[in-house]
This record gives sequence, structure tokens and C-alpha cells, in this order.
Amino acid sequence: MDLLEHQGKKLFADAGLAVLPSRVATTTAEACEAARELGLPVAVKAQVKTGGRGKAGGIRVCRAHDEVAAAADDILGMTIRDHPVVAVLVEQAAEIEREMYVAIASSRESRGPLLVFCREGGVDIEALAREDPGALVRTPIDPLLGLCDYQVRDVVAAAALDPDGPGGADAVKGLGASVRALWGLYRDRDATLVEVNPLVLTRGGETVCLDSKVTIDDNALYRQPDLQPEESTDEGEARARKAGLAFVALDGDIGVLGNGAGLVMSIIDQIADAGGRAADFCDIGGGARGDVVAAALDAILADRSVSALLVSVFGGITRCDEVARGLIGVLGRAGLDAPVIVRLDGNAAAEGRAVLADARLDGVTVAGSPEEAVRLVVAAARERSDGAGEQSSAGREET
Amino acid sequence: MAILVDETSRVLVQGITGREGAFHTGRMLAAGTNVVAGVSPGKGGRTVEDVPVFDSVAAAVAATAADVAVLFVPARFARDALLEAADGGVGLVVCVTEGIPVRDLAEVTAHFARRGTRLLGPNGPGVITPGRCSAGIMPADVFRPGATGVVSRSGTLTYEVVHELTREGMGQSTAVGMGGDPIHGLGFLECLTLFEADPETEAVVLIGEIGGDDEERAAAYVRAEMTKPVVAYIAGFSAPPGKRMGHAGAIIEGSGGTAGHKKSALEAAGIPVATGPAEISRLLREAFTRRRPQ
Repeated sequence: MDLLEHQGKKLFADAGLAVLPSRVATTTAEACEAARELGLPVAVKAQVKTGGRGKAGGIRVCRAHDEVAAAADDILGMTIRDHPVVAVLVEQAAEIEREMYVAIASSRESRGPLLVFCREGGVDIEALAREDPGALVRTPIDPLLGLCDYQVRDVVAAAALDPDGPGGADAVKGLGASVRALWGLYRDRDATLVEVNPLVLTRGGETVCLDSKVTIDDNALYRQPDLQPEESTDEGEARARKAGLAFVALDGDIGVLGNGAGLVMSIIDQIADAGGRAADFCDIGGGARGDVVAAALDAILADRSVSALLVSVFGGITRCDEVARGLIGVLGRAGLDAPVIVRLDGNAAAEGRAVLADARLDGVTVAGSPEEAVRLVVAAARERSDGAGEQSSAGREET
Repeated sequence: MAILVDETSRVLVQGITGREGAFHTGRMLAAGTNVVAGVSPGKGGRTVEDVPVFDSVAAAVAATAADVAVLFVPARFARDALLEAADGGVGLVVCVTEGIPVRDLAEVTAHFARRGTRLLGPNGPGVITPGRCSAGIMPADVFRPGATGVVSRSGTLTYEVVHELTREGMGQSTAVGMGGDPIHGLGFLECLTLFEADPETEAVVLIGEIGGDDEERAAAYVRAEMTKPVVAYIAGFSAPPGKRMGHAGAIIEGSGGTAGHKKSALEAAGIPVATGPAEISRLLREAFTRRRPQ
């Protein structure tokens, strides 16, 4: 689960990291009120879970109250990379001496946390690693030993802080303390990413987190009671999540239901190869019973125009006859008018096919192989969309 | 020989008195597995499917010389059960459980590395050497003994592929499901190394998916070290970036981890990549023909 900047900064503050005074605002009036409380100048920052908000104009530094009103007005109306801005963070502006970068991220390669520090913020890390390797630290943190003092010293050395600059020796201590606090936060809050870009040294010699990017491990939310997952904005995804299904809404018109993440991805690829487009990724998991299948169909049909539906199940633990019964339950009652192609193989496949044959549902075709199922569903979807096109053009002629 | 498990493996089931544990113990036994013990704290002295249950892994290992543990333990308790398995002295731990916190897995894999204990999974179907041993949840009736090794990040997709191989008369030496989590135990690299050294394996099918760079590293190994033919299949070409496709580890992050990138890396290493599960058996046959010109 990704956190918004202000949510991440709340965790930062709790962990002892320095952040600037700020207020969250959802209206222009609130933003102006916040600026009056905090005192000018302030930064008005879009709160969205995506990068690139600076480039999109989602961050503005304001030196006058009318500028705050204008900035809040503009930013609250924005959509940044498909994310509508519903809140801004109004934050006291800092006087920046130096910008640095620090992050801890879960690394597949080292099978644990990886600490990354850069002397400069906002640079291409790969390029810097080639051009100035001394300015970069990339060091795995042993999950059982934790962050070691020598690793903190490595960071401080890479930072090359000016002993006669702002803060002097205190700046060195501040940087070390920030890295330690960040590690404590990463470990204690079950984060998989904590990133501060930039981590700044102010002209007053303080080390301050100007931004926050935090991802919390969904699997560990049960032991982070103050952090609760947000509802998906997609109705199908929200319904599926409630039923415990893996569901991702896609932008095609062929509904897809299968068992196992790899198998469903494979089906979606084959649909694309055959010239079709999937409307969703829906994995009912292993051992799913009829009620789960029914919930999955509800999710797929929730809010999208599905012109054809493919159910493709390879029964390992899952019994195909259970899947067939779940299908009949929903299809019989929903009166779905889209054609449905079903392919069942593996555990109790013959029984499953028999259950479907006995039910004699209109519009349900049982395919003999996964390849045939994909071919049939793509053809059915194409026929439907061609038909719809003809109808609408005929409608235009009449009016 | 096969790899990882065979008829000499002595399997212990953690969580054997739970619904899943009891069910799959029955299936493992039916697949010819030598299940020698179960562990369920506080329930020692019972039996499940005639398998004796112990209170701890250490007690079970002492009494039965079990050397493979299979875990059916809920995610919240998996960390402790995994550590107990390693410290109890088994050499291979198979973890089926899905949804284990990342921090727990980082700690567990670090501990296993220090002890030299092998971990398979989590969030995977386990390993099967057809007709001899199944440690996990793979449906044994889909498999046939043979000479093709299979290693995969996915469960059902593996069954689909193996179903096809079996129908085409290509039996399997061992099939390994490494699991769908970003932090996991044995990977492609370790399994390919084992298959390369295994006299019963003549060729390997590698089934990958989006996310991470396990496939890319496997490609580099195959190019540099492997003499046996390898055929690959990758799922997730049409997956949108930034979305988790079911498996926690199946996500395209930044510009890395795409199916296209993996396909290019595999093909550059001379590994043919199938367009669908049905094409794999044909590619395998062609690979054999290339290797053994008549």
C-alpha cells in the first residue's frame, strides 16, 4: 500500500525524522487558512500516489496569500497521470543549503532491505554510479543484524558535508541520526519502501525530509493497526477484494476468469495474440468453490461493458464441477446477454462439463481446449462489437 | 536421482492437523510420498492418515529422521514455523503459505542462508518427482515420470504446461514451483544448476512471469554453463505496469521486469520462448533434434 506524502510524513515525524510544519487542505479556503497559520512562504503540494507531480505543476512555492489561493485552486482541479488531486499539503518553505537522496527498499536480489544514498537529490542514480561512484552508497542491510554503524559512516562519508558549512559537526550527526531513524521506521512499520527525495540540509544546519514516499507491505497490515488499506476506486476491484480475489481492471471488453496468477496472465496474453483485449485479470485462486466463482463473476460484470466472457480453469486442487455449479448459479440468475466460453481441464473436468451440459444455459459454449476457448471468445467479442457498431450507425441514420 | 526430492525423502508436514495440512497429507501419500511425521504444537500423540503427530519439529526429526518439511501454516505463524523447521535440522523446507510479510521472509531467508537450509517458496505449489515423492500441493495425476525438468514461478500454469507435456509423451524428472513472492528461496538459477547435474534430466522447461530479473539471470547462466537444452515460456506480455497480477512478485516496476525484456534475454541466450503453453512440447522436440543431429 502506497502512502500519500502527508501520511508518510506523519510516520517520519513519529519515527523522529525532521519534517516541516504543514497542514492538509481539501479546499482553497482551507489552504489559505493553513498558510495564515504557518506563515509565508509556503509550498502547496498535490497529494497523489504517483511520481512526476513537480513536472505536472503540482508543486508551487507561494510568497503571498493570493498566490496560495491561486495555487490551491489550480492544483485541486488537476489530474496527474490519471490521479485526480483531492488534497494538497500546505507546508512551510525551507531555506535549502544542500539536497541529498536516501532510500531503503526491499530488494529481490539481496533478499532484504537495500540502503541507497546519493550526495545529490534528483539525479539519475545509475548515471551517478558511473560518473562519481564516491557520491553513492548502495548497501544491503542484513535483516537479522540491522543497520550497522559502519554503513552509517559510509553514508556520511559519501555526503562529504562541509565541516565549516551550516550546522558543522551537528550536520554530520543529523544525517546519521536521520538514516538510523529511517531504518527504524522501515523495520517497525513493515515498509517495503521509504524514500526521501530530497533529504535537505537547511541553511540553519538541520537535516529535514522535504518529501516522503512510503510503501507498506499489504501482507503485514494486520500488525499495523493504524494503517488501513484504502478502497479501490474501481467497483469491480473493490468487490473482488472484499471476496478475497486477485482482480485487476483492464481496458478491453473480454471478461476473463481463471485460477492461478500465471495461468490467467497466460490467457490474457493469448487473447491479445488472437486480436482481442481482456477487460480484467481475475484469479479465483486454488481450491475455489462455487460461491467464490459467483463473487468473481459479479466483480467482472460490475461496472464494465463486457461483450464476451472466458472462463478457463485448470483444476489442480480446484474441482471443475464446483466451478461449473458456481457459473450456473450466477449465469442462470443474472440473465447475462454476453456469450460465455468455458474451458475446464484437470480435476473433475468431465463432471464439470456434464454439469454445464445438463444446465443447458443459453449462450454458454464449452470449448475442447484452451486454444479453442481463446479463439471462440475473441470471435464472439468481435461479432458483438461489429453488431453494436452497425446498430448505432443505423440509429444515426434514422434520427 | 531427480532433484530435491525422491523416494528416499522423508517428509514431515507442519500444520498437519489443519484442514489444508490434513487434506494434502492424504494427497501426498497417494502420490507415493514417504510422509513420516506431522507437527502441530499441542497435538502430539495423535495421528493423521496414520501419520504420527509431534509437538515440535525437533521431536519429529529425532523420532523419524525426517529430512524435508512441508508447511501448511497460516501466514502470521509462518515465520516461526519456518525457523523451527530449519533449526530442527531438515535440509529442505517447502512453504506453500501465501501472504507472509516481506520482513518475515527477509529474516527467514537470511537465517536459512546461514544454516545452509534450502527453502522452496513461499506462495508456491512445492516440488514433485513423479511417482516417487510430492512435497507440496501439485496434482500428481497430471504428471508422468520422464526426463524433462520443469521449473516455474506459477502453480496452475505449471499444471497446464505439464498436462500438455504428458499428453505429448514427455514425462518429467522433477517439477519445481518456486512461488510467486518477490523474496523467495530456491530460484531458477539454483534449480537449473541442479537439473544440469542430474543424470535423469535431459532437458528443462522454464516458466517465468513478469517482475524481477530471475529470468534474465537464468538466461545468463544457461548461456555460460548449461549443456542441456532449455525451453521457456513467459506470462504477462499484456500486463499493465505498476499492477500486481495476483502474485505479490508479478509486477512491472519502473522499466524493469517486463515479459518482453525477459523474452529478449532468454532468446539472446539461445533459449527458444514459446508463444503459448501448447507450443512448448514442439520447441522441446526441436531442441532435442538440434542437440542430436542424426
